[in-house]
Amino acid sequence: MDNVIRVQTPGALLARGGIYAALIFMAVVYLAPLLVMLLTSVKTLEDIRAGNLLSLPREITFQPWLHAWSEACTGIRCEGIGGYVWNSVQIVVPAVVISTAIGALNGYALTKWRFKGQEWVFGMLLFGCFIPFQVILLPMAQTLGWLGLGSTTTGLVLVHVVYGIAFTTLFFRNYYVNVPDELIAAAKLDGAGFFRIFLRILLPVSTPIIVVTVIWQFTQVWNDFLFGVAYSSHETQPVTVALNNVVNSTTGVREYNVDMAAAMIAALPTLLVYVLAGKYFVRGLTAGSVKG
Amino acid sequence: MSALEIRNVRKDFGRTRVLREVSLSIDSGEFLILVGPSGCGKSTLMNAIAGLEPVTDGSILIGNEEVTWRTPAERDIAMVFQSYALYPSMTVRQNIAFGLEMRKVPKAEREATVERVAKLLQITPLLDRKPSQLSGGQRQRVAMGRAIARQPTVYLFDEPLSNLDAKLRVEMRTEIKKLHQTLGTTIVYVTHDQIEAMTLADRIAVMREGRLLQLGTPDEVYNDPVDMFVASFMGSPSMNFIPAQLVRDEHGISLAIGAASDPYRLPFPAARTTPDLDAWVGRRVVLGLRPEHISERTPWGEEDANTHPLTTEVTVAEPTGADILLRVRLGEDEVNARVSPKQNVTPGDRLPLQVDMARAVLFDPERETRIA
Repeated sequence: MDNVIRVQTPGALLARGGIYAALIFMAVVYLAPLLVMLLTSVKTLEDIRAGNLLSLPREITFQPWLHAWSEACTGIRCEGIGGYVWNSVQIVVPAVVISTAIGALNGYALTKWRFKGQEWVFGMLLFGCFIPFQVILLPMAQTLGWLGLGSTTTGLVLVHVVYGIAFTTLFFRNYYVNVPDELIAAAKLDGAGFFRIFLRILLPVSTPIIVVTVIWQFTQVWNDFLFGVAYSSHETQPVTVALNNVVNSTTGVREYNVDMAAAMIAALPTLLVYVLAGKYFVRGLTAGSVKG
Repeated sequence: MSALEIRNVRKDFGRTRVLREVSLSIDSGEFLILVGPSGCGKSTLMNAIAGLEPVTDGSILIGNEEVTWRTPAERDIAMVFQSYALYPSMTVRQNIAFGLEMRKVPKAEREATVERVAKLLQITPLLDRKPSQLSGGQRQRVAMGRAIARQPTVYLFDEPLSNLDAKLRVEMRTEIKKLHQTLGTTIVYVTHDQIEAMTLADRIAVMREGRLLQLGTPDEVYNDPVDMFVASFMGSPSMNFIPAQLVRDEHGISLAIGAASDPYRLPFPAARTTPDLDAWVGRRVVLGLRPEHISERTPWGEEDANTHPLTTEVTVAEPTGADILLRVRLGEDEVNARVSPKQNVTPGDRLPLQVDMARAVLFDPERETRIA
């Protein structure tokens, strides 16, 4: 039970009941689309035509999921979205690892090794957080072309790393600013250098903020559509683009159950990451200080 | 041999002058305490010695070697921080060994050192704990252990006891003193607590506004302060500053306190008068008297030439246990006095007291400098 002493008059109880009713209603509204997706993805096409959106399936079938994974047509090919999930993984994993590592180093340098013009550097990085995707589409396409990275996985990783550094730096900077400077001074006196202090003193206390950054970057990169559609070829397309193609390129009968299954497959990794590490996410966002 | 020498060190932060031409030298094995109010530059001086902040001008020598532009790691120093700054992810053992590890000391030697240091500081049972599992006093010990392990030329202590509760602070103070005596180490210690300064130091450096005002033994700083600031900073309750007029009469030089029509006269000890004092005859001065120099009458006081009777009204009495602190009237002001707890004092009483002038000091009321 929560440790609060409350007014127990009938009016107060009624008010509490009202609050709970409102909250439950909001939650249902919020969860309804997910429920519809899930229900539709395990229905047969006849089932979908017969009932309404929220009706329960008469028989549960996983055929749409299998179909979406390996047979659904994206444009002229009909190989499912499974291969594109793998494409996304190849983009997301390096992009998240590299941008998190650079962000951590940036945050460390900006807070613990003050240098002339550091505020200017941080200001410009912050500015980077507010640049909309659309603005950099053309210049980035040109840059990737010059680098010979157009339509490659490496190119997409680069775009996401560059775009992500602003956010990851901000996260780590705000976390490390609360780590006492005396800790760094002590390590300097003990004879440790720039990287040694980072690896031995700061990194071991950074778990919460690493988790926050990884979740954030994973979600951002995995869910990205615009960069994915602009800078990829058919071989390197991420799953978000493939999903769009599955839904848009159907000829003849619209297979809603397959569409929904494909959407669920595309969304599952981010959900999974949050379920596994969400506890740290909240903790990392709220707790900043290191006690020691 | 001087373990540490500071020559004309200046430090500016933009336009603010934090240190102005500070020079001092510390012998090997000496315990030097830097005291002063916050913002006096004592912590900046400490950081300059440690190499954590570059100086604007001047030079720093450790063990007769110029280290002004060396990194903290290249100076042979260890520091104990106010917040202890223990590495939160490491055990006590790892914390103590870290500096040795960074200096590539072989593992067996590291372990032996950790054991030795832990035994010395009685923290052996804590070696495998994390800092978060320690109490304030234990963290303090570990922080000292980390410094001792490396056996540097100079130890720096930056207000190491200020985060402890009163009782523990006194215990650790004794501990530090004992440690200094057994190890014979050179220590520079920053504090704003004048009792810590008096009890621990071989010499005290009193700082104010980036300047070194006085450098001397605790006894010198306490009994022979160079100005009113040093006089008021050391001692608690602090020295009484009594406005007085310097006059010459048949006994020599005296101080007239209170109303001009009926002053209370205190002869200044003849042995302490200087020729310069003649210039002050007839002028206003400030008489500095410590509270313990105004006390209950004693048999020796009646015979002592420098001790004079004073019967006056008590306005406040504060028993501390060991003695009673009084506010009593003297002339037109009130001053602090210190009497034995055996005295039966009630505010409003007129109490027979004595004033011991042997250690009285005189100051220039305008420039606040010492005149005698």
